Amino acid sequence: MLLISCPNCGSRDETEFHYGGQAHVAYPENPNELNDREWAEFLFYRDNTKGAFAERWLHSTGCRQWFNMLRDTVSYEIQAIYPMGAPRPDAAAPARESGTASLAADSTTTGTAAPSTATTSIAASTSSASTTAPEGATK
Amino acid sequence: MMGDQLPEHPDFLWRNPEPKSSYDAVIVGGGGHGLATAYFLAKNHGMTNIAILEKGWLAGGNMARNTTIIRSNYLWDESAAIYEHALKLWEVLPEELEYDFLFSQRGVMNLAHTLGDVRESMRRVGANKLNGVDAEWLDPQQVKELCPILNINDNIRYPVMGATYQPRAGIAKHDHVAWAFARKCDELGVDIIQNCEVTGFVKDGNRVTGVKTNRGTINTEKVGLCAAGHSSVLAEMAGFRLPIQSHPLQALVSELHEPVHPTVVMSNHVHVYVSQAHKGELVMGAGVDSYNGYGQRGSFHVIEHQMAAAVELFPIFARAHVLRTWGGIVDTTLDASPIVGTTPVDNMFVNCGWGTGGFKGTPAAGLTFAHTIATGTPHELNKPFALERFETGALIDEHGAAAVAH
Ligand SMILES: Cc1cc2nc3c(=O)[nH]c(=O)nc-3n(C[C@H](O)[C@H](O)[C@H](O)COP(=O)(O)OP(=O)(O)OC[C@H]3O[C@@H](n4cnc5c(N)ncnc54)[C@H](O)[C@@H]3O)c2cc1C
Ligand SMILES: [Zn+2]
Repeated sequence: MLLISCPNCGSRDETEFHYGGQAHVAYPENPNELNDREWAEFLFYRDNTKGAFAERWLHSTGCRQWFNMLRDTVSYEIQAIYPMGAPRPDAAAPARESGTASLAADSTTTGTAAPSTATTSIAASTSSASTTAPEGATK
Repeated sequence: MMGDQLPEHPDFLWRNPEPKSSYDAVIVGGGGHGLATAYFLAKNHGMTNIAILEKGWLAGGNMARNTTIIRSNYLWDESAAIYEHALKLWEVLPEELEYDFLFSQRGVMNLAHTLGDVRESMRRVGANKLNGVDAEWLDPQQVKELCPILNINDNIRYPVMGATYQPRAGIAKHDHVAWAFARKCDELGVDIIQNCEVTGFVKDGNRVTGVKTNRGTINTEKVGLCAAGHSSVLAEMAGFRLPIQSHPLQALVSELHEPVHPTVVMSNHVHVYVSQAHKGELVMGAGVDSYNGYGQRGSFHVIEHQMAAAVELFPIFARAHVLRTWGGIVDTTLDASPIVGTTPVDNMFVNCGWGTGGFKGTPAAGLTFAHTIATGTPHELNKPFALERFETGALIDEHGAAAVAH
């Protein structure tokens, strides 16, 4: 069982949380312009990384807030926990994310900024959390 | 004793050749699906200059880790067709492969615990019958007659309100299934190469022409991916994406018991499934861990949940000891149906996404995938399971509809 450190409540057992899949998936900025292929990508295609993977979790039986987590999918080691809307804290974010993900991805508003690939301090990222759940985030 | 039925442990069943520099086709992944594919490529399509490349040992992936439940009581026409075809093959394969892998048609019950379950189950029985799949609805008394150790009292949280029953369903010895296919593949000239990990692909434009491995580059005209939990890792190497998520799925066994459990019982609602192995262990499984994982191990709370369900349904299990637990990596899709067919890369084909329930599909997956690899076109039975369905929207939504996922 994972021991997950909720940014609001501290360390709790995995059973208190709900997994929300890949983080930083942007809602299409111009949905009307998407073709079937692009809709398929948005609806059904997610990264399935073997290694460090950025994903969303909901502290469903605690503060009921969403946050992001960087976790190794082989060792299950939790490498970072950071607020929704903040960029992925390791510099080595997969290149493909910069094409589609915007900083606004997690709040479903439109935006144009690509996520920063600069290393963010993990400690700093646990403060000012924008913790609103993205629409449709309940999987 | 059930154990008396077990065949002798087999002697060497296949050669361990060095990889050749080129093959007409290479199958990546030496699980049940890779073996069945190679077998039908050789048998039905005369392609014998082929190799199965397995990064570990033969059938040591999900093939060795599953709970071996075989059934075809799926809801939708497309699924019923492919799984029923598989079941018909299971019925003739021991003779065809000249190897008894103890396919035991002891029947499978899918329990209903709520009114919603009851309606959904009856609907599925009707759909099964229309598709020529044997199916019955059982009331709680009939459930008890078939499996006397089941608790059908209505004072538990989720009482048994009935069950669907497929008499032709059952279990098989998975290791023996793999050995049976491997032995025939070898006889037909297929090279089975273990400890050979595919690490990349060679392409000429958009056409695959070879595979890179830890034992050198192998040229080939065609590549078939049968890598279950790792298909998306391989697809990424080849330059395309798959709508697949890999999750840990666990199973466990008890110590040996006298025969007490004559059939297979599955419950989607309280989520446990139980059968008794030929030797006497109670074999149990439940759901996947919610998160993605490649670690071949899962969370303890999933086991805890499944044991609670098992003990409520089968009170006599309260004193049984867990002997062993383990995990596999299953490849799930959003419509809970497999992906079998062509890929965006020419001459590369994929068979994946069987998720938590692909053991039962092994013979039909092999047969139809072999057809696709040999001819470059879909087989009638795997056509609906093409990758394109995520674009066209023609999903085959078996989630929940097919009874428990396995
Ligand atoms: C706990 C558990 C219970 C299950 N219960 C059932 C059940 O009751 N009924 C049912 O129908 N199904 C069940 N399943 C699902 C079933 O096991 C799978 O759907 C099925 O085994 C998948 O096909 P396969 O046998 O070819 O996969 P695998 O046996 O996993 O074969 C894939 C092979 O590919 C190899 N490979 C991966 N990457 C590479 C590479 N780069 N190079 C070379 N080789 C590679 C792997 O080592 C592996 O041996 C269960 C699965 C699990 C884990
Ligand atoms: Zn919290």
